[in-house]
Amino acid sequence: MSRVEAALRDLRLADTLAARDTPLARIDARAKVVVTLAFLVAVVSFDRHAVAALLPFALYPAVLAVRGDVPARWLGRKLLIAAPFAVAVGLFNPLLDRAPMLAIGDATLSAGWVSFASILVRFALTVAAALAVVAGTGMHTLCAALGRLGAPRIFTAQLLFLYRYAFVLGGEASRMGTARMLRGGARAPSLAVYGALAGHLLLRAFERAERIHRAMVARGFDGEFRSLRAARWTGADTAFVAGWCGYFAAARAVDIPQGLGRLLTAGIP
Amino acid sequence: MHMADALLSPAVGATMWATTAVALAASARRVRENGEDRLVPLMGVLGAFVFAAQMINFAIPATGSSGHIGGGLLLSILLGPAAAFVVIASVLSVQALFFADGGLLALGANIFNLGVFPCFLAYPLVYRAIARPGATGARVGVAAVLAAVFGLQLGALGVVMQTVASGISSLPAGPFLWLMLPVHLAIGVVEGLATAALVLFIRRARPDLVERGVASAGKASPIRPLATALALAAAVTGGVLPWFASAQPDGLEWSVERVAGGATVPAPENGVHERLARLQDRVAGMPDYEPPSGARTTGDAPAWPAVNPGKSLAGLVGGFATLLLVTLAALALRHRR
Repeated sequence: MSRVEAALRDLRLADTLAARDTPLARIDARAKVVVTLAFLVAVVSFDRHAVAALLPFALYPAVLAVRGDVPARWLGRKLLIAAPFAVAVGLFNPLLDRAPMLAIGDATLSAGWVSFASILVRFALTVAAALAVVAGTGMHTLCAALGRLGAPRIFTAQLLFLYRYAFVLGGEASRMGTARMLRGGARAPSLAVYGALAGHLLLRAFERAERIHRAMVARGFDGEFRSLRAARWTGADTAFVAGWCGYFAAARAVDIPQGLGRLLTAGIP
Repeated sequence: MHMADALLSPAVGATMWATTAVALAASARRVRENGEDRLVPLMGVLGAFVFAAQMINFAIPATGSSGHIGGGLLLSILLGPAAAFVVIASVLSVQALFFADGGLLALGANIFNLGVFPCFLAYPLVYRAIARPGATGARVGVAAVLAAVFGLQLGALGVVMQTVASGISSLPAGPFLWLMLPVHLAIGVVEGLATAALVLFIRRARPDLVERGVASAGKASPIRPLATALALAAAVTGGVLPWFASAQPDGLEWSVERVAGGATVPAPENGVHERLARLQDRVAGMPDYEPPSGARTTGDAPAWPAVNPGKSLAGLVGGFATLLLVTLAALALRHRR
């Protein structure tokens, strides 16, 4: 199965997850967008050698995942799939940055390894939070919220169309691939054959777009997507924003693990 | 070559977000002003196509690997640059939201690297300059390859600049460029060939479709959003890169020095980091940097964060304790539901 096929299957799963009514889904999507942005900015604003100080931020994705009933295994698998670029670039840090930084007894750890660990922690935190929010909100609600926060209408409509038709065209492409493989073997086709294959997919896409457009106009589509679940800002949303932003500010200002560690190791000379 | 949140500093991330938001708003307005609202379903389906087409690969002769289209250039040819930019922005957003390609903070940088360069630079300046309407097939092929290479090289350069300006990775600009540019040269050629094959096929089957991009591009020049984006990018380069350039010598020298372990490390000292650090010092009530204890740290410039066994141990123990607490909190919440 190709990466895109696996991605589409994952997308469908995310869609199913988001369709359920969880405590996380009941929070206004705008609140989740704002808090998640605050979270991201707080996490990436740390010094490049910060590792332990970042860990209190794991509370946010963890609570999101629990409140949204997002399976931890799904999150973990997506994290692994997305990891290569950050890991590849981060791996240069231990090679380039060799001064000692951490010391426990006689063993020392270089600054490069510390900053590499920091990159990994940042990666896990930012990606897990984004995925948990999306899986606990759903594309339609999220796009409506983006629109109300000021994103161009054409862009949000575009996002929704793309999201919907990715499944349709993805299925078509994978069927074409299977058909070609049954007739021509598993080898990738030549450039000429590729042009014809992808070209036909594109032609079908065009024709489908025309049919969709006519059907939607016939049903009164005017460029606006409407939702039955009206978004209303409640006190719970305000509390959500205030509570989390307060927690982020505190965790950013005070190195909680360092204090905790000092407390726990106070007896050790 | 998606940029990742983990490698980005808030200043660089926010600047790229602002730049991209301006370009996106301008493009959306352009699409609406040209009365291309009816294009919206087509744009959506084409975005899904770019996505789905990545499932179809072709063999690259003599290498044993395979390639597929990237999207920005093809969309520009089919839709015109403004609509193409909106589409590519949406494709990258879905990738960031659902597949964690890149990340939300890095989304601005990614849309800039993979959208602004191919749509507003490579397409009008390279592709359209070579492949005028009615050009021969060979000419279209050359134009597509050159434009794809040009766009991807700029994109790779963008990734390097953003990574280096953020200062999270230790990779210096020089070697990083040597790593990125050749790789993306090869990817660019492959992408250009795939784009050319598709465009030529469509031109044979439905000539009317390929002319659409030309027509809408002819109506209004892409200069305004382009100029805005470039001005903002210039502001970033002017505002963020100088402190960086002055703090570090030439990339290669710098890496050699650091591998040798003799030099000092300039801590990233852009405004946000510094101010937050100062805030942290004030609130935490204890200075974070203790005097250098190792003989290897020489010089009086910003020194290594000191090696302090007590602090290291406290950090490790505290880190694990924090993780434990977070896990317990999550479990408790789950239990309560």
